[in-house]
Amino acid sequence: MSEQTVTGPAADDEAATKAHLAKVGKPEGPRNNRLLTLLAWVVGLLFVAPVLWMVLTSFHSETDAASNPPHWFAPLSLEGYKSFFGAGPWPPLLNSLTASVVSTVLVLLLAFPAAYALSIRPVKKWTDVMFFFLSTKMLPIVAGLLPIYLFAQQFRLLDTIWLLIILYTSMNLPIAIWMLQSFLAEVPAEMLEAAQVDGAGLIRTLRSIIAPVVMPGLASAALICFIFSWNELLLARVLTGTVAGTAPVFLTGFVTSQGLFLAQVCAASLVVSLPVLAAGFAAQDKLVQGLSMGAVK
Amino acid sequence: MTTDTAATSAKPSREAPPAESKALRKAGDWARRAPLLPALIFVIVMTQLPFAATLVISFMNWNAYYPDERGFAGFDNFARVFTDTNTRQAVVVTIVLTVAVVLISLVLGLLIAMLLDRKFLGRGIVRTMMITPFLIVPVAAALLWKHALYNPEYGLFNGLLTTVFGDNAPQPDWITNNPLWAIIVALVWQWTPFMMLILLAGLQSRPLDVVEAARIDGASSWQIFRHMTLPHLRQYIELSGLLGAIYVVQNFDHVFTITSGGLGTANLPYFIYQTFYTAQDYGRASAAGVVVVLGTLIIAMAALRTVFTIFKEESR
Repeated sequence: MSEQTVTGPAADDEAATKAHLAKVGKPEGPRNNRLLTLLAWVVGLLFVAPVLWMVLTSFHSETDAASNPPHWFAPLSLEGYKSFFGAGPWPPLLNSLTASVVSTVLVLLLAFPAAYALSIRPVKKWTDVMFFFLSTKMLPIVAGLLPIYLFAQQFRLLDTIWLLIILYTSMNLPIAIWMLQSFLAEVPAEMLEAAQVDGAGLIRTLRSIIAPVVMPGLASAALICFIFSWNELLLARVLTGTVAGTAPVFLTGFVTSQGLFLAQVCAASLVVSLPVLAAGFAAQDKLVQGLSMGAVK
Repeated sequence: MTTDTAATSAKPSREAPPAESKALRKAGDWARRAPLLPALIFVIVMTQLPFAATLVISFMNWNAYYPDERGFAGFDNFARVFTDTNTRQAVVVTIVLTVAVVLISLVLGLLIAMLLDRKFLGRGIVRTMMITPFLIVPVAAALLWKHALYNPEYGLFNGLLTTVFGDNAPQPDWITNNPLWAIIVALVWQWTPFMMLILLAGLQSRPLDVVEAARIDGASSWQIFRHMTLPHLRQYIELSGLLGAIYVVQNFDHVFTITSGGLGTANLPYFIYQTFYTAQDYGRASAAGVVVVLGTLIIAMAALRTVFTIFKEESR
C-alpha cells in the first residue's frame, strides 16, 4: 500500500528506501508480516503441542490414550483423573503446598529487611554481600546433600515437612533478595525522608511505607519462590518418605507403582503442574527478573 | 543534606547533631546491618556448613555398610573418582548434556526471541504458548516425554509415524536407541523458553532509534544484527547461557525420570545420589560432590562476572 502512494520529487529515493526496508523485513511490510505471524504461530504451537497432547490424553479413557495411531477425537473421559485422585494424592499435594507456602513466607520475612539493608541506605560493601548471596545459589545442592541427610537422621528430622521448609527457604532466599533489592532501589527517597521526619522506626517504615510501594515486587518474588519450591525433587526425594513426601515425589513413585496408565500419568502431571502454570502465567512479565535473579529487568 | 541522610541510622536518631560522634555513627552502622543479619547468617549456616562437611567427608573412608572401617582416607576417594570408569562416564555425560542443552536451547531461544521481538498478530498468545514448557513441573515434563511422547508402543511420536506412513511405519524405541538424546531433547524443550525470555528482555532493552537510524542509512538486516544487536545482546547471551548451565549441570529430575541413569546416562548429580543413597558410600559420594562444585565454580565465576557487569550498568 505505502509503495504506491509515494509520489513527488523525492519519490525515487524514498521508494528505494521503502523497497529496501521491505526487503530487509521491516515489521510493517504486510506480506512479510503475514509470513512472520505464521512462522511465530507454528513455532509457538510446536512448543506447546506436548502440553496440549498431555491435556488431551488426560481426558481420554486408558484404552483410547494407549492407542496407536492416536484416537484424536475419542470421547472424553475422566477416568485418568478419577484414578489419580483415587490414589490418594492429597497428602503429598498438601505437603507441597505447606512446604512451598511456608517457606515462601519465611523467605519474604528474611529477604525484605535484608533487601532494605542492601538498597536504601546500604551497608558498606553491599555489592559484595549481594554477590555472596548469588554465589550460594550456584552451589550445586547435591554437594551438600549428604551432610544435611546425616544431620537430619541424627536429629530425627527425616521425613518431616519442617526440614524441607528450612531447606527451601535457604534455596530461595538469594533469589528473593536479588529481586527485592532491585525493587526497593526504586522507592523514591522523598517517601523515606518523610517517614523519617515523622519518626517511623524500621519495622514501621518497612511495613507502612515501603511494602505498599513494592507490593508487585513482593508478589512476583513470592511466586518465583513458590514455583521453585513446588518443583523441587532431589531434596524431597532423599529427605522425605511416606509422611512428608511432596507432589513431585508422589509423581515418581505413583508412576512406578501403577505401571503405565497413560491417561492417569497425564492427568497427574497436569494436576501437579497446575499451580505452577497459574503462578507463571500470572507473573509472566516478572518471570524474567526472577529467573535472572534480578539481573535483567 | 544527602550526607545527612546517608549518615543517619535506619532507626531515626532524632535530630542528629551536625557533627555526629563516632560512637553514634557506629551505632548507626549496626542499625543498618541489623536487618541484613538474619538472612546472611541463615544462608551461611545453610549453605557453607553442609559444603564444609562434604569437604571433610570427602577425605574419609566412610561407607554406611561398613561402619567399622570409618577413618581418614587422604586423597583415595578423589583418586577413585578420577579412575573409576563409572565416574568418568558421569563426568563426560554431565559435560555433553550441559553443553548440548545450553547451546541448542540458546540458539533456538535467540531465534525465537528475535521472532517474538517483532510485532505480529497474537504476539501475547504465542509468547504465552512459548513459556508454557518452562511452567510444567520438571518431573511432570520428564514423565510426559517418557510416557506420552517417547513410548514405543503408544507414544505420540510413533503414533504420528503410524498416522503418516500407515501400519508399516517404523516404530523406533526413542529412549533405548538414543538415551542421552532423549534427555537432551526433553531438556531443550524445557529450557528454550528460559533462554528466550532473557534474550527477549535484552532485545527489548535495545535503543530502537539507533537501529532505525542505521536502517535509514542503508544498513542491511545482517549488518544491524551483526554489529548492533549481537554486541548489545552479548551480555544477555552470556547470562542466559551461564545461568542455564548452572541449572542443567545440576539436573536430576530428567535423568532420574527418563532413564534412571541407565544406558550410560548417569550424570554427576545422579551418580552422587546413587553413590550415597543406594551404595551408601559416603566418602566417594562426597568426593564426587566436591568435584561437581569445582566444575560449577568455573561456570559460576563467569556467571557472576556477567551478572556483575549488567548489575553495575543498571545501577549506574
